[in-house]
Formats: sequence, structure tokens, C-alpha cells
Amino acid sequence: MGKNLLQKAWEQHTVRELPTGQTQLFIGLHLIHEVTSPQAFEELRVRGLDVRYPSRTFATVDHIVPTHSQERPFVDSLAEEMMVAIETNCREFGVQLFGLDDDRQGIVHVVGPEQGLTQPGMTIACGDSHTSTHGAFGAIAFGIGTSQVRDVLCSQCLAMDPLKVRRIEVTGSLAPGVYAKDVILAIIRELGVKGGTGFAYEYSGEVISSMSMEERMSICNMSIEGGARVGYVNPDETTYEYLRGRPFAPSEEGWEDAVKYWESFASDEDAEFDDEISLDGSALGPNVTWGINPGQSVQVDGQLPTVSELPEGERESASEALEFMEFEQGASIAGTGIDVAFIGSCTNGRISDLREAAKVALGRKVSPGVKALVVPGSRLVSEQAESEGLHEVFMEAGFEWRKAGCSMCLAMNPDKLKGRELSASSSNRNFKGRQGSPLGRTLLMSPVMVAAAAIAGEVVDAREMLGD
Amino acid sequence: MSESRITGAAGRGIPVRGDDIDTDRIIPARFLRCVSFEGLGEHAFEDDRKNFSDGVHSFDREEFQGASILVVNDNFGCGSSREHAPQSLMRWGITGIIGVSFAEIFFGNCVANGVPCLTLDSSQVDEIQGLIEGDPGCLLKLDVENRSVHAGENTYPAGLPDGVQRAFLEGLWDSATLLLEASAAIDEVNARILPIQEQS
Repeated sequence: MGKNLLQKAWEQHTVRELPTGQTQLFIGLHLIHEVTSPQAFEELRVRGLDVRYPSRTFATVDHIVPTHSQERPFVDSLAEEMMVAIETNCREFGVQLFGLDDDRQGIVHVVGPEQGLTQPGMTIACGDSHTSTHGAFGAIAFGIGTSQVRDVLCSQCLAMDPLKVRRIEVTGSLAPGVYAKDVILAIIRELGVKGGTGFAYEYSGEVISSMSMEERMSICNMSIEGGARVGYVNPDETTYEYLRGRPFAPSEEGWEDAVKYWESFASDEDAEFDDEISLDGSALGPNVTWGINPGQSVQVDGQLPTVSELPEGERESASEALEFMEFEQGASIAGTGIDVAFIGSCTNGRISDLREAAKVALGRKVSPGVKALVVPGSRLVSEQAESEGLHEVFMEAGFEWRKAGCSMCLAMNPDKLKGRELSASSSNRNFKGRQGSPLGRTLLMSPVMVAAAAIAGEVVDAREMLGD
Repeated sequence: MSESRITGAAGRGIPVRGDDIDTDRIIPARFLRCVSFEGLGEHAFEDDRKNFSDGVHSFDREEFQGASILVVNDNFGCGSSREHAPQSLMRWGITGIIGVSFAEIFFGNCVANGVPCLTLDSSQVDEIQGLIEGDPGCLLKLDVENRSVHAGENTYPAGLPDGVQRAFLEGLWDSATLLLEASAAIDEVNARILPIQEQS
């Protein structure tokens, strides 16, 4: 019987079985950022410990960074204190920091792949739940809390319970105007927001294998929204091509050996899985969330649910969501007016996302009264977009062109919703209050759908704008 | 290795009803602008408490002040990996949690802080929530060793993964020292996987 990628990477990184019965798992790459690391470094100081492998540890700043002016000191003194903390910690413990004075700064899950740090067969941890993003490369990548950040800093290891693997096959091919975001929203709708608890998701099938690395990243990124801490795609030529020549990828002399090593991690043909499901990718359309968790979504031409027609277990949550969103059951999602449009985040803030959204923005104007933001996922994404003139397309249309950061995805920085504002967002969470106003409302969708909503002033099928 | 073996938690209960309560609701992101966990206790569920549509949020109700066992429903703690979530609950006074299920990262963060989270069936959780709402003085007891919950007259068999149970009972839940014991084996794994090097 063959093995799947998770089993192979797990074995390769197993240090020992712990007395608790858990696995001591070595972490090949540890990414850190300013929000979940200061308390971990403080514990290292208290216990007199060092960072065990600084060469496997990289830091950047993203969550609290303002996207308007990034001049120091920040206006927000708490944010400034966190910046000083990560700068001091990285300097004192010998960790490389892609800070605000570095062209490589950006959202941690954009920066890792961009720099070639993220590689197949690796184990990757970061104090951020969207670490699953890196699974797009065939890595076992997952979010951890601050105590575990401390553990990885001092030992490069974690105490882990085993994970099961669910293979999710997406067959067929996506229709024009349907994107990775639509696929992952459909998967979460199908399997539920806790369906993945205890599982790693292996994404496969023609739709996935024909995707670019950036599209695969959008899919893996939101695994955690389905409850799966890990989501991955087996490495293939697309993966190796993306990595070739990146700053931290293996050099040309070592390239063939590296590819052989990476290939050895791909799930065997006869690998066994704890669960397998299949989804018809050809049948998918653009998806939009209507509720307060990412599983509550509907196709743009569909209707909100009628509560009494839902399975009993979903009714309470649906009623709570409809009440919070102030939506009528059975209503169409198309035509819902929006106040804010946000394009960015670790889910959809990469160059291909901006290129697609710019197709819709080109030659059109943002609807009066809509505040529209485009926030590149990293400085390098920003530079690339500017070299292609995308920033001009967006600004000409009335979008604000911002600097790299997490921005309005989680609103730990000045970019926030106000009051009851309703936002069309390319980010990953539509939780109550997620975008910075306790009563603010979020509709998740693809960046193209956000651009279209910004222009129409309401939720529309972006395919109508792409087609002409 | 931590000296503290954890065999359970006991105290009065406090219910927070609802499925899929995410960590943004437990502690809104603006309170993550800090370099220490101090002071997070008073902000637990802050936005939910201010905007509670159905009477008064249990964290603000007189009868639940001083309670230490949180009783929640399904998929509690989903979303962000922020350890600020269990930290805010602990600093409010929570020492143990009973629920139908917990999101994985939240659960791991609770273990790392010595807060046992035991699972029961949905109907049993409803029963206990009803019990403490009717009698806020009622004592709840989480028994890690026997994997059970005692509430009023009843004892319920509860869920807790084997490894976590052993970590609590043997005082190994604070994992840093435990992991560092295997120093030579850590170096062996480091040597057999690819190094990370910047191309010159």
C-alpha cells in the first residue's frame, strides 16, 4: 500500500514519539510576524533559551502595518511598540526580518512562496491560521498559537497529534469568470466549517492540477475556514517551475537533486485516504457569502436560504446570520448594495488576482459612495503591478492604491469598516466584527467579483463585465 | 518540564450559547495590539457583550461572576490561531471548558496553557447549560483522569484525546522542555532534510 504526502512528510520530519504518545515533529520552516511572536520571545528570555535554527526562521511585518503611510513612528503607539518588539527580537536572536525597510516585506503567506522559502515536502509552521496557504507547494503547513511559536523557536519542533487525510477531487474545468476562490467557497459550503476538523485536505483533480501556484495558494489558504488546519496539493511541474530561480530556492547545481527529493513526497498512486470526496468543477459559478461564517455562501445567481428548508442543525446559525446581516431569507444575493470594496489579503492579494480584477476596473468607474481599496499582498507584488500599470487602471477607476499589508482583512490597522457598513471583500473571513466594526458586515467573493461590485455599487455577476 | 500535573478543573459554570463562535468574537483583533497577554481578561467577548441582542451576555450577568467552567456548543474557537483567545478567557477566570467540539488550534492553545477542554454530546451540553442557567451556584467538575464531567447529580463520560490526557496527568503539557530533551535527534532530522539557503 502506498503513502500519501502527509504520511511521507510526517515520517521524514519525525524526531521521536513523545511519552504522551504524540509525535515530536521537526518544523523545516518557521515564519513569524509581529502579532503572535512577542510573548514567545519573552518566554525565551525568561527561560534563557536561544532560537535553535535561525536559518530556518524568517520574520516579516503585516498585520498591524498601515497601508496608507508607513512612516515611522506609527501614529498608533501600540502598533509602533509591536514593530519595535519584532525588530529588537529579530536582532537579538539572529532572525532575518523582512521589515518595512526591506523590499521583501509583505503578508507572511505571500512572502514565503515569493522568496522560494516554501518548498515541497517541508513542514511549515507560523503563528497564523492561514499558514495552510503554503500547502499549495506540497508542504505540510499549519497555524499555531504563541506557546507553540515559543516551542518552535527554541526546539524547531512541535508536539503533534496525528492527522487524517481527506482527498478532495475537483473534476472538469472551471468556466470563464470562475476562480479558485469560488472553488474553495464551494468546498467549504459542501463540507461545512468544521467538516475538516482532525483532517488535512489533499486537493486534486483536473481543476487543481491545471491551476497556477497562486490559484492553488488561494485554495489551500482557506482550508482552515473549513476546519482543516492543513490543506495541500501534490507538487508537480507547475510547482517546480514557480520555484526555479527564486532567492531561497535551491541553486542550479542542486536543482535536479532538489526536484527528485520533492517528487518523492507526492502521494503514491495507490495511497490510501481516510476519506475521499469529489466535486464537479465545471458546474461551479461565482460564489458570494451571505452569512457570518465562510460556509454560508450561495452562487451569485442564487437565493439566500429559507430557514425552514435547511437541515435542522443549520437553522439556528442561519437565523442568527440573516438577522445580523439584515438579509431576508429567500432573497437574491445579486443586487445587494455595498459600501466598501476590498481587494487584497493572503487569500487574494497576489499579482494574478490584481491582473484579473484590473480587467474589470479598466475603463470603468467605482460607484459613487463606495470606498474601494486595492492592497497588494507584498512590496514585490506592488512593484510588479506598478510595472504593468495596474495601479493606474485601479486609480483611474477610483480605487485607492495602497501599500502592502493585511489591511482590512482583519482590521488591526487603520483600515476598518465603520458602523453597519457592508463590504465586498476578497479576504477569507466574514465573522461578525472581523473587518473592524463590531457591527460591520462582510461578503466574501473573488477579487474580480469585488471589483465588479465596486463598480456596480452592488453584488453583480462579474462575468457580465468580463465578457464585453 | 512543568511540575504541574492537571487532573481536572472545578467551579461554578458559565454558559455561552451558539455554534461556531470564532476567536474574533472571543477577543476582537484590536486587542491583539499588545506585546504581552496582560489585561486581556476584561475584553473577553467584548463586542458580543456590547451588542448582545438577547438580554445580557452571560459574561456580564451577576450570577455568573466568579464562575470558572465555560460551557459552550459546537466548533468553539474556530478561525484565527490567536492564543489571545484562551488567554483572555483564562484571565477572566476560566480554568476549564466543556463543549460539543473545539476548533483544533484553539484546543491546542488551551492545552499549552493547562486549560482542559472536554467534549460531550450536544444534548448533554444543552442539559448542563440549562442546569447552570437555572442554578448558577451548581458546581461543575471536569475529571481528566476518568474523562468525565460531573454536574449536579449527574456524571457524563467525556471526550479527551489520549495524548492530551497523558500530557495533563503527567505534567507534560508545557512542551518546550520536553521537546528540547531530544537534542541529538533534532539535529539528525535537521541534517537529513534540505537546508534553507539564499542563492548567492
